[in-house]
Amino acid sequence: MTGALIVTLAVLSVIGYYMGRSKSVASVSGEVHQLHSRPGYYGFYVAIWTALPAFLLFVVWQILEPQILRAFVMGNVGPAVSELPPERVDLFYRDVVAIATEGVPSQVTPDHEAAADHYTSLKSLGTWSFVAFVMSLSVFLFAFAYRKVSPTLRARNWVERVIMGLLIVCSVIAILTTVGIILSLLFESLRFFNRIPIQDFLFGLQWSPQTALRAEQVGASGAFGAVPLFAGTFLITIIAMTVALPVGLMSAVYFSEYAGPGVRGFVKPMLEILAGVPTVVYGFFALLTVAPFIRDTADALGVATPAQSALAAGSVMGIMLIPFISSLSDDVINSVPQSLRDGSFAMGATKSETIRKVVLPAALPGIVGAVLLAVSRAIGETMIVVMAAGRSGNLTFNPLDSVTTITVQIVALLTGDQEFDSAKTLSAFALGLTLFFVTLVLNVIALNIVQKYRERYD
Amino acid sequence: MALAEQFDSSNVDIPPGKGVATSTEVKMVAEGVDVYYGDKQAIDNVSMEILDKSVTAFIGPSGCGKSTFLRCLNRMNDTIDIAKVTGRIYLDGEDINSSEVDPVQVRARVGMVFQKPNPFPKSIYENVAYGPRIHGLASTREELDDIVKGSLARAGLLDEVESRMHEPGTGLSGGQQQRLCIARCIACNPEVILMDEPTSALDPIASARIEELIDELRENYCIIIVTHNMQQAARISQKTAFFHLGVLVEYENTVDIFNNPRDERTKDYISGRFG
Ligand SMILES: Nc1ncnc2c1ncn2[C@@H]1O[C@H](COP(=O)(O)OP(=O)(O)OP(=O)(O)O)[C@@H](O)[C@H]1O
Ligand SMILES: [Mg+2]
Repeated sequence: MTGALIVTLAVLSVIGYYMGRSKSVASVSGEVHQLHSRPGYYGFYVAIWTALPAFLLFVVWQILEPQILRAFVMGNVGPAVSELPPERVDLFYRDVVAIATEGVPSQVTPDHEAAADHYTSLKSLGTWSFVAFVMSLSVFLFAFAYRKVSPTLRARNWVERVIMGLLIVCSVIAILTTVGIILSLLFESLRFFNRIPIQDFLFGLQWSPQTALRAEQVGASGAFGAVPLFAGTFLITIIAMTVALPVGLMSAVYFSEYAGPGVRGFVKPMLEILAGVPTVVYGFFALLTVAPFIRDTADALGVATPAQSALAAGSVMGIMLIPFISSLSDDVINSVPQSLRDGSFAMGATKSETIRKVVLPAALPGIVGAVLLAVSRAIGETMIVVMAAGRSGNLTFNPLDSVTTITVQIVALLTGDQEFDSAKTLSAFALGLTLFFVTLVLNVIALNIVQKYRERYD
Repeated sequence: MALAEQFDSSNVDIPPGKGVATSTEVKMVAEGVDVYYGDKQAIDNVSMEILDKSVTAFIGPSGCGKSTFLRCLNRMNDTIDIAKVTGRIYLDGEDINSSEVDPVQVRARVGMVFQKPNPFPKSIYENVAYGPRIHGLASTREELDDIVKGSLARAGLLDEVESRMHEPGTGLSGGQQQRLCIARCIACNPEVILMDEPTSALDPIASARIEELIDELRENYCIIIVTHNMQQAARISQKTAFFHLGVLVEYENTVDIFNNPRDERTKDYISGRFG
């Protein structure tokens, strides 16, 4: 039914487009330069009037219909049902809907069946009257807009305003959802901080969120000191950057300064593919290849190490970041003007002097930006660390130990059966907020630097 | 000079006694130089001798190969992948195209100033100190300071920048930037200075300063300048070479090129009939 409605609206608006268009052309007997706008805009004028209000109404209806239906259906049941406690009422209604839509109800009584019949008839009545209403509105607006088409109508201005409006709506949606997510993070975190003081969270040295099963146990509320998580995140990020920064930067220098066009044309796309490998793939690479290798090597050297280690996760994360750093830095280095290189060569500088003393310093702000973006990715990376870093909240800087990170703990806290209200679950929001804050700051700084750098040479 | 005359290139004034080579020392010699960009020939069998302690101007219509030939003289064409240079070019009797010669060394002796000022995004001081540092010309900080200040002074820029030596060179005006580039070039202590349209991005006053500067530098250096401005060539050069379609058409004392050119093409070009 609704599909048919949308198709009809679409067909109607296409017809509207052609009719509006030809009317405008006819109204000036083909001398289109006498029109205020180009003929196509008159077409869009009619088409938009035909389809847009009807479509908006349709969206509103989709949202409101279930509530209206419920109000009517439940308003009509006997006191035996309406005086039930709210959860039971909810259950009753769910069963009614299930019966009416041929689902699987949990219980069927005559009350249920009566309400389900009522539901079905209401629903089809509502749908039909809605369709009839929308169609007549659409036809009416079609006629209205078609009549208004005349050479002096400012169709282009009107159409462009509508389009601008649509664009604004889309950006508002994007912004609002982000703001909504941030606010929910914030409020849930505040609830968490009501139970666990914020200083205990930020500066506490012990992380063991397992709340005890029996209330009288010691440490029943768990320990929510996040420092081990920060330390683990930091350690893994450092390891990752130690791997990624030199390799990425030097390969960028090679691609942009030394490689011939053949190599470049081949390797650049390769790097981009590498940057697109899903992180879960890197994750099992870390888990199945790198971690055992590190453990075996350490064992051979007589150092007992756990199967999962910060080193395994960090180095694989570094590998993941190499193409990222390399391709960003490559762009930055390429945008250093050739004239600077020429100037340096013309003074008798060698290629490596030119790169070290002119090109890299000139590209430095951009490279710093790229590195900060990479760091913020490393901090927020989840899959690799979940698989390869372990889950124990050790406060250590030994890369061979297993550590845990903020992201890993969020995953651990929210998977499995949880009460939504426990401090354990809420702590995930506090961790998320911290993570969000850190990466936000890093990104803002990085983008600022990159921006400044662009302005300098564009 | 009336404005109308100034824009009439058939009326190039050469002050008496100017535009005549006074030096006899030969600094650079080109013999049968050809340059190809891929399959396309840009310079065709050019041979010429360039005198020390004088200013040589290269003129000719756009695309005739002036810049290309200029870049042969310090092997800057090496930085263009598709460019191929053949023939011999001697600097003080030594063939700079021979395989024993390192182009990096050649460029230390033959400096270059570009059409568009290209200071490095470093401080004024660091811009000038760049060459001396690379070539190890100064062993102490004081020596380096002296070289930097001396070069800036000879480029006529010291007074304007002395108080802000550590501010970025890119913050100077266009004319100042170009003088900074000249100072940077002088600081490497070159023997020859190549200039490719050094004033074409500048206003007349800044250009005039640079012309003065070139005239002063002539006392100590061999200077080769590419220019589209006939008056400029006439004012500052002693020898002028006219290029056309990659061929060196005429190469004489400046006064002769402008006052009685032998070749029809030269005549047409300096009287503004083409180019
Ligand atoms: N990098 C290059 N690759 C290919 N061809 C080039 C290159 N540089 C110059 N050329 C060609 O060589 C010829 C000579 O160019 P050149 O730049 O030497 O001319 P020019 O006399 O300096 O001109 P202008 O006065 O406009 O600067 C031109 O036909 C040009 O298209
Ligand atoms: Mg040129």
